[in-house]
Amino acid sequence: MRKLGTASKIYMILIFVILYAPIAILIFYSFNESNSTSVFTGFSLRWYGELFRDEATIKALENTVVLALLSSLISTALGTIAATGIYYSKTRWYKSSLLTVNNIPLMNPDIVTGISMMLLFVFVGTMLKISGVLGFMTMLIAHITFELPYVILNILPRFKSMDKFLVEAACDLGCTPKKAFFKVTLPYIRTEIIAAFIMAFTLSLDDFVISYFVSGPDFQTLPIRIYSMTKKRVTPDMYALSALIFVTVFVLLILTNIAQDSALREKMKKRINKRRVAS
Amino acid sequence: MNNKTYNGISAPYALWCVVFILAPLAIVAYYALTDSTGAFTLDNITGLSMYADTIARSVYFGIIATAICLIIAYPLAYFISKTKASKQKVLLMLVMVPMWMNFLLRTYSIMVLIEDSGIINNFLLSLGLSPIHMINTPGAVIFGMVYDYLPFMVIPLYTAMTKLDVKLIEAARDLGATSFQTLRDVIIPLTNSGIVSGITMVFVPSVSTFYISQKLGGGKYTLIGDVIEMQFQTAYNYNLGASISLLLMVFILVCLFVMNKFGDIDEGGSIV
Amino acid sequence: MEKKVIISLKDISVAFDGEPVLKDLNLTIKDGEFVTLLGPSGCGKTTTLRIIAGFQEPDAGEVIFEDKCINGVPAHERQVNTIFQRYALFPHLNVYDNVAFGLRLKKMPESDIKKKVEEMLELVDLKGFNRRSIDSLSGGQQQRIAIARALAVDPRVLLLDEPLGALDLKLRKDMQVELKNIQQRLGITFIYVTHDQEEALSMSDTIVVMDKGEIQHIGTPLDIYNEPKNAFVADFIGESNILDGVMKKDFKIQFSGHVFDCVDKGFKEDELVDVVIRPEDVDITTVKDGMISGVVTNVTFKGVHYEIIVDVGGFKWMIQTTDYAKVGKKIGLIIKPDEIHVMKKSKYSGLYGDYSSFSDEMDKISDVEEILVDNEEDEEVID
Repeated sequence: MRKLGTASKIYMILIFVILYAPIAILIFYSFNESNSTSVFTGFSLRWYGELFRDEATIKALENTVVLALLSSLISTALGTIAATGIYYSKTRWYKSSLLTVNNIPLMNPDIVTGISMMLLFVFVGTMLKISGVLGFMTMLIAHITFELPYVILNILPRFKSMDKFLVEAACDLGCTPKKAFFKVTLPYIRTEIIAAFIMAFTLSLDDFVISYFVSGPDFQTLPIRIYSMTKKRVTPDMYALSALIFVTVFVLLILTNIAQDSALREKMKKRINKRRVAS
Repeated sequence: MNNKTYNGISAPYALWCVVFILAPLAIVAYYALTDSTGAFTLDNITGLSMYADTIARSVYFGIIATAICLIIAYPLAYFISKTKASKQKVLLMLVMVPMWMNFLLRTYSIMVLIEDSGIINNFLLSLGLSPIHMINTPGAVIFGMVYDYLPFMVIPLYTAMTKLDVKLIEAARDLGATSFQTLRDVIIPLTNSGIVSGITMVFVPSVSTFYISQKLGGGKYTLIGDVIEMQFQTAYNYNLGASISLLLMVFILVCLFVMNKFGDIDEGGSIV
Repeated sequence: MEKKVIISLKDISVAFDGEPVLKDLNLTIKDGEFVTLLGPSGCGKTTTLRIIAGFQEPDAGEVIFEDKCINGVPAHERQVNTIFQRYALFPHLNVYDNVAFGLRLKKMPESDIKKKVEEMLELVDLKGFNRRSIDSLSGGQQQRIAIARALAVDPRVLLLDEPLGALDLKLRKDMQVELKNIQQRLGITFIYVTHDQEEALSMSDTIVVMDKGEIQHIGTPLDIYNEPKNAFVADFIGESNILDGVMKKDFKIQFSGHVFDCVDKGFKEDELVDVVIRPEDVDITTVKDGMISGVVTNVTFKGVHYEIIVDVGGFKWMIQTTDYAKVGKKIGLIIKPDEIHVMKKSKYSGLYGDYSSFSDEMDKISDVEEILVDNEEDEEVID
C-alpha cells in the first residue's frame, strides 16, 4: 500500500481539529470559575455542582435512561420476531410490503415522523376525549416505532448467512419448530440481537426531534431538557453537561471497540486452530 | 414451520406498522386536507405558496451544505481507507464520536464560538483585532449543517471505499490513466453507492432542520423545519403544519427515488 | 431370508410453482438395505429424500413407514434422521453438545447421554474431540460429527443427502468405505442421494436411477451397469456407445451396416431398438479382421488404457483399449455377442451415446453447469 503524503495527513488533522475544537472549548469552559461563557477567569468545578443540584436535569436524565431501556428492549424483542417471520415468509407481496413500510421511518425526515405520530396521538386523544394525551406512553410508542426498522435491518442479513438446513437438522433430531427457534435460530443471531439492542438504546438516548413533538410537560428527556435550556441565555452548567456526555460517549465507544477487538482476536485464534487441524 | 406460521409471527409487527407508521401518515394527509372544523379544504395546500421563499431557501441551503460535506468528506474517507487497518479503526471512531454526541449540544457549541461576543471574537479582541460578525448569517447556518452532519457523509463513503479493490486502481494506472482519470472513471463510479447514501443522509436532515437555523440563523433565515415547528408548537395551526409536512415528505421521497436510480442505497450502508 | 419392507412411497407427486418435480413415484425400501437415489441435479432425488424425512409434504400419494401412512407426521416425530449436504452442525455448540443434541431432547439422563456420545465419537473415530468447537474441525471431521449426531438417536433409517459432495476426492473414497462399514455394522437402512455414479456403484445394495422426476431403473449395481433399461441409464452410468439398431430376429441384430450375433431375444421382427456397447467391450484389430471399420479421429492416453474415438460411417464410437492406434488410421472393430446390450426404444433414444462432440473441455464445462444448477435446486427445495 502506498503511504499517505504529508498534504493528505495535514488535511485529515485539519478536519479533525475543526470537528473537535468546539467540543474541546466547551469542555474547557465548563471548568470556568465565573459565569462568563467566553472569558476564562479560573479553574473551578462549580458548574458541575450546579448541574447535579438541578433536579429537573437529573430527572430528565433518569427519564431518558428508563425510556431508552424500555423502548429498546421492546423493539428488540418485537423486531427479532418480526425479522424471523419476514425472512421465512413465502408470501412475496406481504414480505416486500412489510420491508417497504419498514423503510418509511428511515427515509422520512425525523420532523415528519414526529409530527405524524403527534397528530395520531392528538387525533385519538380528541376522539376518546382525553386531554393531555402526550406523555410517557406516547414517547415510548414513538421510540419503539423509530427503533424497530434499525433492529430489523440489523438482524435480517444474519439470516441470509445462516445454513438453511440448521433448523431442519434440529427438527430432524426431535425439536418442535418452536424449540428449534429457541435452541438454534436464536443462539445463531445472538450477536446481531445484542448489536440491535445497543443501537436502539443509543438512538433513543440521542433522539430529540421526534421526542420533541410527542412529549408532554410531565415527561421530559435529556435532549428536550437541553433544548429548553438552550432556548434561554445559557449558563456554563450546559457546558458541564456537554463535557459529561462527551466523556461518556467516548468511553462507551472505546469499550465497545475493545470488546469487538477481543472478539475478533478470538475468531482469529479459532481460524488458526482450524488451519492447524486441516494440515 | 409452515408459511402461515411465519406470516403469523410477523403479524404483531405488521399491525404496529399499520397503526404507528401508515395511520399517522394518513392522518397527516387528513389534517392537510381539512380546516380546523374538520371540513374538506384545499386552502392549506394553496396556502403553501406563501412559503415559496422558505422552501426555496431550505432546498438551497440543503444542497450547498450537502455539496460541501461531499467535497470535504470524499478525500477524508479516501485517506482514512488508505491508512493502516489498526489506524483506520481509531480514525473512524474519531469521526463517529461527535455523531453520537447530542446534536443540540454540538450546534450550541458552535454558537458559543461564533457569537458576536463569543470565544473567537473575544480572542480576536484580546489580540487587538476587530471582531468579525459571523452568527445569524446564511454562512453560519450552512456551517452548522456541515459540522453536524459531516460524519453521516464520511461513514458511507468510507464503507464504499474499503470495498474498492486496489487492483482496479492499479489496473487503471497500468492502462495509462492519469490520477484524475482514475478518480473520474474508476474510483468515483465504484464508490457511487457510498456517495448516494452519504448525500441522502446529509440532505434529508439538513433540509428539514429547525434547531440549527434557530440557533445559528437567529430566526432570520427560516427553513421548512422552522415553519412546521412553529405551526405545531406555537401557532397551533395543525392543518397548515400538516400540509407543509406532507410537501416535505413528498419532496424527500421523490428525491430519494431519483437518487436510488443512481445507486444502490443498501450497499453503501445507509443505516449507520 | 426375505427382509421386510420398511418404507414405501406410493404414487408420490410434487410440484414447485407449477413445475412438476416428482411424477407418480413408486418405491419400496427394505429394512437394512443400502439404497442410493442416483441422478443428475433436478431429477427429484433430494425432494424424494425430503419427503421421507418429513421436510416436504407430497402434493399427492402416500408415504408408508412400517405399514403406517406417515403423511402429515412432522419431521421431529419420524424415526428417520438426516445427514445434510453441508452437515448443518450447530455452530454455537461444541462437538459433545452437537452429538448430545437429539439425546437431550429425549430427556435422557446425562450419564447415559455421556456414554452414548462417547460411543458415537468412537464409532466415527473422533474420540477425545468432545470440547472442540465446530469451527476448528476440518470438513471430513465435521462430516463424521454429523454422522455421529444422527446415529446417536438410534434412527431406523438414515437419510444421506450428498454427504460427501464437499470433500476432496481422496477423503471421499475413504469415507465411502467407512460409511458402508458403519451401515453394515449397525444394520440400519441407508437411503443415500448422490449424482456420482461411481459412488453409487461402489456402495449400494440397490440403485434407483432417476431423471426428470421419474424412476428410470431400479436394480443392483451390476444390473444397472450391464442391463440398463434405457439410453438415459446407459449413458448416466459409465460411458457407452448407443446406436440405433434393428432386431432382425432372435439373437440377430443389425447396426452400423452389419448384422451381429447377440444374446437378446423376445423382440418383434425388424423392431427398432437401442443398442448399448460399453467402450471397454470393443476390441480393435485390422480392417480385414474387423466386423466393421472406421477411422481414428482422436486418441487420449488415460493411464491404464487409451481412449480412442473412431468414426464409423459418421457415428463416433468411444473405445477404451490398451492397444494404441494412430489418428487417421483405418481400423477394424470386433464386438462379441454378450457385449451387445439391446434396449427397447424410449423417449431418451437418440439423445445420448454419440461421441461426435467429444472433447475433454466439454466435459469440464458441463460439470460447471451442473454445479450451478445444483445450487439453484438447493434454493428451490427449502420450504
